[in-house]
Amino acid sequence: MATGTPARMPIRWQVARLVERRVETPTAQTLVLEVPDWPGHLPGQHVDVRLTAPDGYQAARSYSIAGPVVDGPGGPRIEVTVQRVPDGEVSPYLIDVFGDGDPVEVRGPLGGWFIWRPEETAPVQLVAGGSGIVPLMAMIRARRATGSRVPFRLIYSVRTPTDVIYADELRRRVRDDFGLDVAYVYTREAPEGWRGEPHRVGLADVNSHGWPPDLRPLTYVCGPTGFVETVADLLVGLGHPSRQIKTERFGPTG
Amino acid sequence: MGIVSPGFQGRPRSQEPALPPGQYLTEDFPVLSAGPTPRVSLDTWEFVIAAENGNEFRWSWQEMMALPQETPTVDIHCVTHWSKLGTTWQGVSLDTLLDGVDTGAHFALAHSYGGYTTNLPLDDLRGGRAWVVHTFDGAPLPAEHGGPARLLVPHLYFWKSAKWVRGIRLKTMDEPGFWETAGYHDYGDPWREQRYQGD
Repeated sequence: MATGTPARMPIRWQVARLVERRVETPTAQTLVLEVPDWPGHLPGQHVDVRLTAPDGYQAARSYSIAGPVVDGPGGPRIEVTVQRVPDGEVSPYLIDVFGDGDPVEVRGPLGGWFIWRPEETAPVQLVAGGSGIVPLMAMIRARRATGSRVPFRLIYSVRTPTDVIYADELRRRVRDDFGLDVAYVYTREAPEGWRGEPHRVGLADVNSHGWPPDLRPLTYVCGPTGFVETVADLLVGLGHPSRQIKTERFGPTG
Repeated sequence: MGIVSPGFQGRPRSQEPALPPGQYLTEDFPVLSAGPTPRVSLDTWEFVIAAENGNEFRWSWQEMMALPQETPTVDIHCVTHWSKLGTTWQGVSLDTLLDGVDTGAHFALAHSYGGYTTNLPLDDLRGGRAWVVHTFDGAPLPAEHGGPARLLVPHLYFWKSAKWVRGIRLKTMDEPGFWETAGYHDYGDPWREQRYQGD
């Protein structure tokens, strides 16, 4: 069902409905949307979400899709994880106001570059900063869903332990999904008993918890601009070819 | 108009300037790139226009700086929905660079250090609408925003304004660039909301 080939046909807006909501952290929630005509997607792709006010004013934002399509009784379901942007226009609505069964317009899947194809055989390293975990989690979930044996390593940088999105699921997957390793970097506050001080991601983190360049891994880096710049520079410095490193940066996009 | 989102009001819009459809205003300068930021030395930097007949026109950094400089103040619109108004740049107009380039081509493929490409009609690079810029807000353009020099074509979505630009190939046939091959629009007019193929 999933296609990564660019559609020359218009990608149309369609009406989705909220069917489930999961609180991930104090500032992030996963919204499960039922999208009757969803055409399928590849891990890493995103969806545009559009809100319309009574006077016709519209606001649209892009959100990464968090996992594979799930079949529900009313049709296909997709999940997005929304991080609250203080003073944002769209994320506070989606988190505080958008209610069960409410409609919202979506358009997708979008983005044909920052994707992982489950038929790939190269080892994968994922480097996430904050809510940059979302498209990378889609890859981790797709790996399991398709039975891929490709070894995955995730380096996940967060401010504090409470900011870890998908914390329980990641713990479970490290235990159950053979060949998945996860290493955390805490920038402000580390958990009890953590060895080492909180710090920003650095050479030692990437070098110890990523793959060496001679394994020719595919690398996906997603996070705030400064984080992605730092990590991508470190990877290039370690000898990873630029064309093997795919990045997605985000700023505050409300 | 789409379906109304229950309880959605949106930002106050009495003072909102006119933005292209689907865009919102940002004071930040977000970054959209597909890979690591290339680091390009000014000693080896060059800009090349390659005409379809095989003629090439090259400028070193010093030669580029010696050309007449313009300081456009323009609005920029990213396909990821943000717009930034009144940005000020400095650089050389493509009219200046294309002056004396004999070509019958209708299309251009801009290419960058790092391998990025984007396609646009050659006409859109003319008429005071496109520049090779090296300065943003009075300071050298930072690498993450495309420095040492990027294309600036503000009337199209910002992915057409190739970062780390290295040259332009003039072509008789349109050839999709990097994002265009990945499903983005070949032209990318923000006022007609041409984000993706088929829009």
